[in-house]
Parts: sequence; C-alpha cells; structure tokens
Amino acid sequence: MNHRRLLLLLPLAGFLALAVFLYQGLSLNPFHRESALMAREFPEFDLATLKAPERRVDRELLTGGELTLVNVWGEWCPECKREMPQLLDLAERHGIRLVGISWKDTREKALGFLEEFGDPFEVNIFDPDNELAFELGVYGAPETFLVDGDGVIRYHHTGYIAPNDMTETILPEVEKWR
Amino acid sequence: MQILMIPEIGHYALVIAMLMAAVQGVLPLAGAATRRPLWMAYARPMAAGQLLFVAIAYACLTASYMLDDFSVANVANNSNSMLPWYYKFSAVWGNHEGSVLLWSLMLAAWGYFAARFSRELPRDVVARVLGVLGLVGMGFLAFVLVTSNPFERLLPNVPGDGADLNPLLQDVGLIMHPPMLYMGYVGFSVVFAFAIAALLGGRLDAAWARWARPWTNLAWAFLTVGIALGSWWAYYELGWGGWWFWDPVENASLLPWLSGTALMHSLAVTEKRGAFKSWTLLLAIFTFSLSLLGTFLVRSGVLTSVHAFANDPSRGQFILMLLGITVGLSLLVFALRAPRVGHRVGFTWLSRDALLLINNILLVIMTITVLMGTVYPLLLDALDLGKISVGPPYFNALFVPLTLVLALFMGLGPVARWKQTPIRLLVRRLWMAALGAVVLGVTLPLLFAEHWSPAVALGLVAALWIVLPMLRDLFDKTRNASSLGAGLKKLSLAYWGMQLGHLGVAVTIVGVAVVSNYSIEQNVRMAPGDSVEVAGYTFTMNGLSNRRAANFLADRANISVQHGDSRRSFEMNPEKRLYLATRMPLSQVALRPGLLRDLYVAMGEDLGDGSWALRVQYKPFVRWLWLGGLLMAFGGVLAVADKRYRRLATAPDPEARATGVSGREASA
Repeated sequence: MNHRRLLLLLPLAGFLALAVFLYQGLSLNPFHRESALMAREFPEFDLATLKAPERRVDRELLTGGELTLVNVWGEWCPECKREMPQLLDLAERHGIRLVGISWKDTREKALGFLEEFGDPFEVNIFDPDNELAFELGVYGAPETFLVDGDGVIRYHHTGYIAPNDMTETILPEVEKWR
Repeated sequence: MQILMIPEIGHYALVIAMLMAAVQGVLPLAGAATRRPLWMAYARPMAAGQLLFVAIAYACLTASYMLDDFSVANVANNSNSMLPWYYKFSAVWGNHEGSVLLWSLMLAAWGYFAARFSRELPRDVVARVLGVLGLVGMGFLAFVLVTSNPFERLLPNVPGDGADLNPLLQDVGLIMHPPMLYMGYVGFSVVFAFAIAALLGGRLDAAWARWARPWTNLAWAFLTVGIALGSWWAYYELGWGGWWFWDPVENASLLPWLSGTALMHSLAVTEKRGAFKSWTLLLAIFTFSLSLLGTFLVRSGVLTSVHAFANDPSRGQFILMLLGITVGLSLLVFALRAPRVGHRVGFTWLSRDALLLINNILLVIMTITVLMGTVYPLLLDALDLGKISVGPPYFNALFVPLTLVLALFMGLGPVARWKQTPIRLLVRRLWMAALGAVVLGVTLPLLFAEHWSPAVALGLVAALWIVLPMLRDLFDKTRNASSLGAGLKKLSLAYWGMQLGHLGVAVTIVGVAVVSNYSIEQNVRMAPGDSVEVAGYTFTMNGLSNRRAANFLADRANISVQHGDSRRSFEMNPEKRLYLATRMPLSQVALRPGLLRDLYVAMGEDLGDGSWALRVQYKPFVRWLWLGGLLMAFGGVLAVADKRYRRLATAPDPEARATGVSGREASA
C-alpha cells in the first residue's frame, strides 16, 4: 500500500471518529439543553405572594443558598392537578423546597386549588398578569425550573411531571445540583 | 367497524418488500462480480417489486388513518376523528414510523425509476447501481420492521379516539415539506449508487458522469424546494417571523444541499474535462452520507429540536449502525478502489476548471462549518466538557463571509473558459459588470430605503455581481445570431438551467440581505378601536371575536390596514387557537404577502381588560428568499431536460449481444 492509498483512507478515519461521538451522543439526554435560560440567573421580579397580598417577594427568595424547584401552575390547568401528588411527594418525602408561581389565576381560585389538591409550596408568587412567567419564557403550564442556591437555573422541565419523570430526571438533577 | 386486516396486510407487504430488496441487493452485485447475466437480470424486476410492496404497505397505513382505525398505535397517537381528511392523509408522515416508511417508499421509487431510465446503460453498471440501492433499501426496511413498526396494534384496549396530530403540523406547508425534503435526501442515493458502481466496476469516464448528472440535479432540485418550504413554513407557522434558525434539523437538510451543490459542479468538470474523478466520487459518497446523517440526527433524538419526534435509543443505535455500515463500507471501497493515477488534465489557475475547483473547496468548507456547528455541542457533551449550544452568531459569522466569497467566484465562473482564460478577456468581459454591481449596489439602498446599510449594499453588490456577468455572457452568446430570438433558441437547456440556478442564488442573497436589515417589528397592546403605525402602514383593531372549528377554538382579531394616506384598506385576521384534543395553544399568523414586502400580525397574550398583545412586523423582500429557492430548483430541473442526457450511450454491451438478450427484454 503506497502513500496515496493511505491518504485515501483519511475520509474513512474521519467518519469513524465522528461515528464514535454520535454513538456516545445517543446515551446523553438532549433535553438538558432545552431552555434558553439554562445556566442563567433567574430573572428579577417583584411580586406579591398568593396567600398574603401585602407581602412582596423578589429574586432574593431564591438566592438564600437552598436549591429550589420553581413550579408554574394555574387552577385552570388540568395537567397541574395530575402533577400535584408528585409535587407533594417531592416536598414531603424528599424534603425539596418548592416555590410556586400562580400563573394567570384569581387569588380565590388559586387558593381553592391548593385547598383541594394540597399545598407543597413554601410560598407562591402571585403572577396574574404574566409578568414573571413571560420573563421565564413559559408557554404553557405546568413548567418547572430547578434553581440552585445562587439563583441560577439548572434544569427546565416542560409539561407535567409524571411519576417516572420524578425518579428518572427530577431527583437525579436535584442530586446533581444540590 | 373497519376492515380489520388492513394493518396486517401492510405489515406483511413490508416484509415481502424487504426480502425483495435483499435479493436486489445481493444477486445482481454478485452477478456483476462473477459475470452471470441471469443473476444480474434480477435487478430490475426486484426494484419494481420492492416499490409495489412498499407502496401497498404505505397505502395500508394511509387507509388506517383515513378510516380512524385507532387500534393501530401509530394512528391512535397521531390522529383524531375530528381531523379533516387531508390532515389525516398527511399525518401519516407527521410521526417517526410513518416518515421512515415514506423514506423507504421514496427510496424504492427512485430505485424503480433508475431501473426504468437506464435502458442504454451497460448491464453490469445497472446491476451494480440497483444492487447498491437494494442494499440501502433493505437496511431501511429492516429499520422500519425492527424498531419502528407503524402497524403495531393496541389490542384489546382500543382507544375511543386518537391523541391528535401536533397542531404545529396541521398545515399545508407541512403536507408538502417532508416529502420534498425526503425526495431530495433519498434522491442522492442514486448518484451514490452510481459512484459505488463506478468504484466496483472500475469504469469512470465522461459517460459515467453524464449518467449521474441528471439524477443529481433532480435530487438537488427536490431538496432545494424542500428546504425552501421548510423555511416558509417556519416563517408563518411558528409565529415569530424568523425564516432560518440554524436549528440542528435545518442544518441537517442544508448539509447535503451544500455538498450536493459541490457535487453538481464537480460532475460537470468530470464530464467535460475528465478531471476531479476521485473528488467527484468522494462528494457523491459524502452527499448521501450527509443525507443519512441528517436522518440520524433527526430520528435518534440526539439533538433537541422541534422536529425530534421520539427519543428512543434503540432506534438511534439502529440508524447509527446503518449509517456506519453504509458510509464506512463505501469509504473503504473508495480508499481501496479510487482511480489509481488520475491522468493529469492541464489547466491554469485562470480557467473554468480552476474556478470550479475553488467553488468546490468553498462549498466543502461551508459544509464543514455547518457540520461542526451542528455536532460541536454533542462532541463537547460526549467529552464531558460541558453543555453548550451553538447559536446563530457562530453560523452567521462564518457562513455570510463564505457566501460572499463564493459569490465573487460565481461571477467569474460562467464567463471563464475551460482549460485557460486570457486575463485580458476576463477583464474585457467583466469590467462593466463589476462597475455596474458596485454603483447600483451602493446607490439603490440610498434611493429606496430610509437609511443606508452597508450589509444591504454588500448583499446587493454580490447579487448583481452574479447576475450582470451572466447577462453579458448571454449577450456575447447571442450577438452573432441572425436575431436575438434565434440566438436565444440555440442555447442549450443545460445553459439556461445554470443561468436560472445562479439567478436564484442572487435573488436569495438579496432577500436575506434586505429582510435581515430592513425588517421592522413592534410588540403592541391593542384593544378594539386602537391603532398603531408600522413602516407607513396604519393597523387599526376593529374588534375581537370567537370562532369554533372542528378541532379547535379560536380568539380572532379583526384588523384593518391602510397604507399611508391611501383610502383603500384591507383586513387581516390573526388568531390564537386552542386545540381541543391536546389543549395546545397556537398562534395563527395573519399575513399580507407581497413581492416587495410582507405584513405580519401575530396574536400574543390576552391581557384581560379586552386588550391583546400583538406582534406587528414589516418584512421587506422576504418572499425573495423562497423565490430564489424555486428559481434554483427550476434551473436544476431544466438542466435535467437537456437533450444530451436523452442521447443513447455509445458504449455497447458485449455480453448482451452475445446472448441475444438486451437490457429491455431482460427486464420485461
């Protein structure tokens, strides 16, 4: 085999290298990269809480050093109801701090919802006019953001958290960033 | 109560098709290697049979959709009884299983037509070409059967109704986009098969290039239309007025397009001058490999995108295996059998040969640029160096300058001569075009736009620099004829195809430059009675209403639009829809299209108190993007129609004569 033949093997070598990476890529989860906000700071906000209209909260709520799951929900959203048992489980059994964003609701209806389905949230940010959710790029409830102790978004889950999502993605992510 | 057997018939037909593909892949290739005419003669009938049975399978799946047979999992997951019939029809390919089946159907169809239109080819070439196509077909049919069976049943618990087709996909643009794109992807399999056949048979001459060229052009034209449709669809359906996102899947379609473009040009050199042979073969292999890579990226869910239907690792592994075998084997064959010593074809650096070589190098660099940007996040992730995403800034920073350099050479290429061009001749033919391009390019935006933008001027100069030398060339070619009409008639269709294709590139460049720099966008809050002015148009909200269609509810705004002080006005009706089965909201954009500008209104959020957030956009020259694409595709088709491809090949088939069997009879 002369030198020219070896040169002709180059394309094959290049392709094989690429194929190895593609193979590794198969075992990685692409949804980690999904949100444009990934690895960015949680946006600034200044809103009232759901239960106490006179109490206002801002970004410092999430920078206290504790990892938090921020869940966007609404009374009008059927998927949010299906998600509540998992959220309660995360809060009570796994001791994860949950903060809710009550999205496009009236106070009355949102409080009724918590009454009926349970309240896993330490506090709920009341966002009837789509202010904070807009900043977060939410386009349908429920959505959940994992925010680390410094207020940086680490993981984004769109859609409802099914029981298997909890064990397969949410808990491992929590472990990873805790 | 449907006819219950349809899915089983489809499944069975698919199995038969795969077996026929296997026969088509094995016997003719073995026959060509051992010179057995009978074995080789299997190629054509098997190609026809494979098409027939894949078509039956496809028809069965379509029937299950049309009859709302929700016992078929694929139908239950992707259709709904409320869906209009045409969306049921197109929902067949709006999901993973169905779209791979469509892929296989098209592959079989290309194979069949390659068999039909290869009468004049030597029999061993036909056998090898169809054999390679048979192997590829077998691989994909096995993929469908093993990992993505569209006929799987949900028995005995048949759902009452389906989960509905993703609302984003309920659209005319989407009925056409994937089939066109797949026709392009799959079409490159023919030139790929020709390349492998040439490597195996050792025959690689001008006649070979002439056989391969029409197939390449046709596939390329389909791919061009497919990409343009995809961009158009994203523009009006995704609701934010973008037309290219450098999304991995868009890139996946751009990759074979770029290398296919290089292949078309390199084939021209191989045919006319007998040069670049190994290079042409390599490009043919690469182009089809990139089509397969595109399929892998989309189907495996390795990269996130709106197009990724399913994230099933077993499928990804299967496609990767197919990709590895196909590409790995063909590159191995290439390494072992590429022409030993390409005989030196002399040309100077100022010749059409050299300019086409530069064009090829540029297109390959562009391909690599896009490929790197697309797989780079994957590479980093695999090496555990962190997760990043490569965005438009990377692509624009590299792709735009490369396109401009390419445009520079596109101006020179068509007027240069083969072998060598005296520099005096080039200067004489081009100085007027150069001057015209610069003067017009710089002044036109001054005259017609409110502010001058260097980017737009540069884009116009590039586009004019492509077009003006071609006009000059037309003039030179026709001025010795008795009349202009007679002169134009004498020009070949292939020449017109080239002209149109290049014109299309220029038109697209103008569109990109203008729409990227002169678009105006405003997000406004409007209640009935409010009005807003954007780019000289006054948009007045007349009122809001509700509308109920078969499968969605919609809030609809009625907006009247006036241009300047003109009395005449027209109406635009954007909608915000809520699809009932999936509870998915979707914004239906109102568009007022025009050759020089589009007006674009999308509904955002209901802000309560009777007002809505609206996004109003003015998009000048946006239609030129897709118009350019259509021109390019039309150019490609025109070149296929050139009469020299229909001339019978001169090379006789000695064996056929000896045994008294011609290619025609053998296939009958």
